[in-house]
Amino acid sequence: MALATLPVLKSQDHPTLANVFAADEDRAHWHDGALWFVRQKRDRQANSVPEWEQLRELASQIKEHAIANVAEYLEKFESNASALGAVVHWAADAKEHNEIVLKILRENHVQRIAKSKSMLTEECHLNPYLEKNGIEVVDTDLGEWIVQLRQESPSHIVLPAIHIKRQEVGETFHEHIGTPEGNSDPEFLAHAARHHLRQKFISAEVGITGVNFAIAETGGFVVCTNEGNADLGASLPNIHIACMGIEKIIPRIEDLSVFTRLLARSATGQPITAYTSHFHGPRPGGQMHIIIVDNARSDIRSSPDFHRSLHCIRCGACMNTCPVYRRSGGHSYSNAVPGPIGSILAPALEPEKHYSLPYACTLCGSCTDVCPVKIDIHHQLLTWRRELAGKKIIPYSKRLAMKFTSVLLRNSWMYKLAGAIGRTGLRWSPRWIVYNPLNVWGKGRDLPEPPRESFRAQFAKHKSEQHRVEGNHTSSSNSSSSNGKAH
Amino acid sequence: MQPINASRKSILNKLRSQPLPSNPLPEVIHGNWLRFKSPIEQLGNVLRSVGATCESLTDLESVRAKLQSYPEFSDAKRVLSQIPEIPGNVTLENVERPHDLEDVDFLIVRGEMAVAENGAVWVTDKDLKHRVAYFINQHLIMVVRKADVLHNMHEAYARVKFSGPGFGCFISGPSKTADIEQSLVIGAHGCRTMQLYIVD
Ligand code: SF4
Repeated sequence: MALATLPVLKSQDHPTLANVFAADEDRAHWHDGALWFVRQKRDRQANSVPEWEQLRELASQIKEHAIANVAEYLEKFESNASALGAVVHWAADAKEHNEIVLKILRENHVQRIAKSKSMLTEECHLNPYLEKNGIEVVDTDLGEWIVQLRQESPSHIVLPAIHIKRQEVGETFHEHIGTPEGNSDPEFLAHAARHHLRQKFISAEVGITGVNFAIAETGGFVVCTNEGNADLGASLPNIHIACMGIEKIIPRIEDLSVFTRLLARSATGQPITAYTSHFHGPRPGGQMHIIIVDNARSDIRSSPDFHRSLHCIRCGACMNTCPVYRRSGGHSYSNAVPGPIGSILAPALEPEKHYSLPYACTLCGSCTDVCPVKIDIHHQLLTWRRELAGKKIIPYSKRLAMKFTSVLLRNSWMYKLAGAIGRTGLRWSPRWIVYNPLNVWGKGRDLPEPPRESFRAQFAKHKSEQHRVEGNHTSSSNSSSSNGKAH
Repeated sequence: MQPINASRKSILNKLRSQPLPSNPLPEVIHGNWLRFKSPIEQLGNVLRSVGATCESLTDLESVRAKLQSYPEFSDAKRVLSQIPEIPGNVTLENVERPHDLEDVDFLIVRGEMAVAENGAVWVTDKDLKHRVAYFINQHLIMVVRKADVLHNMHEAYARVKFSGPGFGCFISGPSKTADIEQSLVIGAHGCRTMQLYIVD
């Protein structure tokens, strides 16, 4: 299958791309609902484990320890993996990673690859690179295969085709593998894919997989899937190439008792993935190559503000819960890892291209609440805004507005005056003035009706009422919850 | 033999040049973890929820009889069994390439342990010439001893050991995908059905 390269997204900012997605209102709503469904499944699973919070805390501690001592653990992993017969390679960046893969393929005269899901190879754009060099790459995860056939990129790290409707999958399969026109039954389509991809597995000469966890103490690694594609891909061909970022390292095999309990429950609301495979060395007579990739991770690690983002185990929970991601779609982030965690990682790689991502956030904190390794995601996004503003990368209009707000918030008389103007102005201004094109807050939604009194006035009034009641000795303890509506 | 690589040195140097505060590794095996009044009942419930079946029988002979009562099994063309008491008709030692297992209908194996909290069954390639057998079959039959049903993953990882090359996998239910509009389809690339039998 000669596939063209993935469409290279123009360097457009998040609001622009989000608008494109949101313009199709039906799809945006459907997308929102599909992800919320996954989030709810996650909640049910998390609630079924009484020690959930304890597990999150343990996971966070293990990751903190592992990243702090990552150099020692990587070396330990390397020597143990080598002792098992694996060949360990190191790649400073995406380019070197891709070259190492190609070199292994060339040395073994390989043409056909069965690949299972790996966000790292997406990040490195491995597929287009290999195809350019005449290698046939088949993404065997169903979602990834769908986006590959459609020449798109995944829009989610766990659910790559979450943005595509069944009818579209039906059309794509009709076009590429000849399923009957108009058939869009998921079961039928998935089984057609199984049938078709079996042949690809059988003829593949190399299997490429990602790595969920690399175990320093044993030199092995773990791959988690539901479809069984990673296992077929790594157990039929003689050569297995596994690609991992430096942050995948964990110290001990027993640490998996914590991570395997958190990962699938957080990701898809399953008690565990169907397959949790532990690979230790090559099969007899086979080859195993492990490529350890930095690609700016060491830079992120050096940053006192952002190094905790390396704790991420790529469960996708922060995406499923994010009100911005759900309504703007993964492609609006123009990055292999989208959503809240992607918005921390991407600007570290290319601040000029990704400056708008830390603003694709309402600071609601839901991502931080669900993150199984307790990354303070929304705090880091806020920190990014400060950094980027300092770097003068973000547009002048935004910087000006921020400056203005900062002056306003520091002067109590100005703040009071602005509030009064807002309350009266919004009430009496005609719609076309309030919802002018400069008011981005009025785009696609109505502003709440302004209250008649400011919060300060309401609070003062409420307090004096309470005093009166208490003075009469008739107060009940919950009278104070009457109308304390904050604005 | 390690490939000579300049990046190895530069990556490790860079990582070492930036010390981060380190905390001690926490204890993860011993703890007050989730336990069940009846782990076997819990195991069955979870497995059914992920599309598998689970049944307690007295011994291997009953498992054999049970399987024989299914026409799908008794009519199956190729059965690979790793359990002598439930004979199959494929001899793994004679199978040269893993690809030659492509048309195996049933695989019958022992699981070393099963975990009640999530329905995961631990298997390894210790006595299995081609590990692909676990994934390439259509129907997976596993047998676990009652005494090897554990409560949670902490108990399980206390028992997982690797000393030398090898492969091990927690399998929980048949393969599945929800990649088309989040609708669950059982039977992705691995087995299409999974049955677990608990024996005394
Ligand atoms: S940041 Fe946390 S919630 Fe988001 S993908 Fe990573 S581990 Fe999951």
